[in-house]
Amino acid sequence: MKTNDVILQTASKVVFFIIILFSIHLFFTGHYHPGGGFVGGLMTSGAIVLLLLAYDIETVSKGFPIDYKILIAIGLFFAAGTAAGALLFNVPFLTHAFGYFDLPLLGKTSLHTAVLFDTGVYLTVIGVTMTIIQTIGESE
Amino acid sequence: MLEVVMKISLVCFSLAMLGLIYRLIKGPTTPDRVVALDAIGINLVAIVGILSMLLKTHEFLDVILLIGILAFIGTISFAKFLEKGEIIENERRH
Repeated sequence: MKTNDVILQTASKVVFFIIILFSIHLFFTGHYHPGGGFVGGLMTSGAIVLLLLAYDIETVSKGFPIDYKILIAIGLFFAAGTAAGALLFNVPFLTHAFGYFDLPLLGKTSLHTAVLFDTGVYLTVIGVTMTIIQTIGESE
Repeated sequence: MLEVVMKISLVCFSLAMLGLIYRLIKGPTTPDRVVALDAIGINLVAIVGILSMLLKTHEFLDVILLIGILAFIGTISFAKFLEKGEIIENERRH
């Protein structure tokens, strides 16, 4: 019997972008509401897993030509760099700073260096989960 | 008044969940159990929604969307395992 996954593939094309937007919302809302880098990274990798389910490893790696092990390294570099950057200003390791800035489109915005640390967590979580899932999926 | 209504509906949802758990344990075939698990996830969404109304908070609204997405992905992966025997394929074959 010949099978096709037209409904699954069409639905996951739409749902993918909804999940990605939700994960970005979870990532940026983490300072004032529940969320943060960990859940956001898990949701982003959940969206990529949905594409892996609807399509296959070759198609998805053609769409995202990323080596996820390098993504882990970039994330750890972000976290360590944010932590070590505090040493340049003669304050203890991992000290964060924030300030209020007038951005052109957003108005008065509070920018915090903890977002950079959270970006490191986000990239590392995506890298670790996708490395685990792809390595298990590829082995026969 | 509204609080009493919400508590009654919580009891109803837990009774529905008991029925689903019966189907999950008893269900003669695997697709029965998968459908029961999916329905349990949707029931959890309803319970979290009513609970966040009872606790007068809107911090649980992200959890609702999260459970919905996770139930969807989980059900699809179960279905693909039952149909094709493997969840993630290396290359597409027809």
